[in-house]
Amino acid sequence: MEATRDGFGKGILKAGENINVVVLDADLAESTRSIKFAEKYPERFFDMGIAEMDMVGTAAGLAASGKIPFACSFAVFATGRAYEAMKLAVLSELNIRIVGTHAGLMTGEDGATHQAIEDISLTRTLPGMTVIQPCDSLEAEKATLSLVKYKGPAYLRLARSKVPMLTKAEDEFRIGKGKIMKYGKDAAIIATGSLVHIALEAAQELKNEDIEASVINIHTIKPIDKELIIKMAKETGIIVTAEDHSIIGGLGSTVAEILAENYPVRIKRIGVNDKFGESGKPEELYEKYGLTKENIIKAVRELIKNG
Amino acid sequence: MTDKKKIEQLKKIAIEVRKDILRSTCIAESGHPGGSLSATDILVCIYFYKMKHNPKKPSDPDRDRFILSKGHAAPLLYSCLARSGYFPIKELDTLRKLGSRLQGHPERNRLPGVEASTGPLGQGLSFANGVALAGKLDKRNYRVYCMIGDGESQEGMIWEAAMSSGHYKLDNLCVIMDHNRLQIDGEVAKVKNIEPVKDKFTAFNFNVIIIDGHDYPEIINALDKAESVKGKPTIIIANTIKGKGVPYMENKAEWHGKSCKPEELKKLSGEVY
Repeated sequence: MEATRDGFGKGILKAGENINVVVLDADLAESTRSIKFAEKYPERFFDMGIAEMDMVGTAAGLAASGKIPFACSFAVFATGRAYEAMKLAVLSELNIRIVGTHAGLMTGEDGATHQAIEDISLTRTLPGMTVIQPCDSLEAEKATLSLVKYKGPAYLRLARSKVPMLTKAEDEFRIGKGKIMKYGKDAAIIATGSLVHIALEAAQELKNEDIEASVINIHTIKPIDKELIIKMAKETGIIVTAEDHSIIGGLGSTVAEILAENYPVRIKRIGVNDKFGESGKPEELYEKYGLTKENIIKAVRELIKNG
Repeated sequence: MTDKKKIEQLKKIAIEVRKDILRSTCIAESGHPGGSLSATDILVCIYFYKMKHNPKKPSDPDRDRFILSKGHAAPLLYSCLARSGYFPIKELDTLRKLGSRLQGHPERNRLPGVEASTGPLGQGLSFANGVALAGKLDKRNYRVYCMIGDGESQEGMIWEAAMSSGHYKLDNLCVIMDHNRLQIDGEVAKVKNIEPVKDKFTAFNFNVIIIDGHDYPEIINALDKAESVKGKPTIIIANTIKGKGVPYMENKAEWHGKSCKPEELKKLSGEVY
């Protein structure tokens, strides 16, 4: 068990071998895990203080001068507070990387003010932006390394708590390619981030009811793997999405948009249902807001029944 | 080269630039002449006296950079770029038109010579800091110039950025404030006072120089002096007149975001000084 932010910490340390990689943080280096980079490459680490707009604006200037900046903070500040600076950097097609840790309800006890449940929506609406949310620490490490060479602006969405390791070192990671974690022909659960392992547990239990469900890991929400999503809709006819984010504007919306225009099927979105979060333990919040194995199972069951 | 002859040359360019601003905004039927005219003399000195730049090599890693944080003064920037040779002067007449490279506010990847996409106020200084930091990292000797507005300094982001410039001792950065004392809703002092702005920047660890932003020897002297100050960034607070050089527009807030009418253009251009 490791958090995706831990994977970023490992990845950014390796990424530092490229002398053009620079890291900025806004007084959260320990929490975002950029601290390891800061210790090894102090001359290429800039603590911008508690000033996220300035951090992202500065990162844009560094990117315009040939650097590959990773600007790190909690997701809620890195995207929300710094939105306009990010928009200008994206408009300029700069190689800026916004790293938002502590995304979603998983942030837990800090409460609604610190839980980014709208950041996928905010970032994916920007033309030319890439939005990535890895499902485990290994994938986060690979995503970080992939972003060194990747062209164009990107948002890397990471979470605070430890989650099971689902991928293996030898697994290929390609930005923009979804991954079939488990195949079944009766339904497809399309999940991202921390909900991928919950979706796998749900699929395992559905077997007991003779329902074979696929689980798709969408680590790149933009540009999304449209072909895979349409293929799964064609092969299963039932789609359930799952994410630690608002069902408005996140993965669920993205999948619904694609299927509505290309191959309409029965669909149910599991996520934060147009509500703000609150303080509590991550698992308590997941329970209260319905981001659970049981809820995914129920959704699959009902869609099959109503078919 | 700061002799009288050079200054006369610069003043001649400034007259053409002011005419460009009037004409391009007039054709566009929109745009921001007031704050373009107030900053004209400074920008002419930056582009035609101070900066090391080559329009044939707009991506030269060693070039000096100018970042227009008050991006609404785009007509001024475009004129300086065109008259430096980055693109044909005739293209100025496409300002704000559909398909033009000359967007209402500058966009970095549309037009050579534009270093930063700006316009939403407060954004440019952070960007300039990033460029200056990169210059230090790469041990390049380029200098970074960034123009901010006085009204713009009501934006909190300017002060976040100013704190960074001072903290990182960015002596390769020279900020210029176009202090024309007017913003859309009226006098800066009445809308929301930014004074004492000199003390503010001093407190943020800047070297502060105050000049008359229309006096060429003062502008040139300040730009040269800024280069010799080590260990801290410099800000040149340039006292200017909004609409300067077009008597009909001078000191009138209404010309912030309004262009002249076609029937006025010839007369106003004739009065440019």
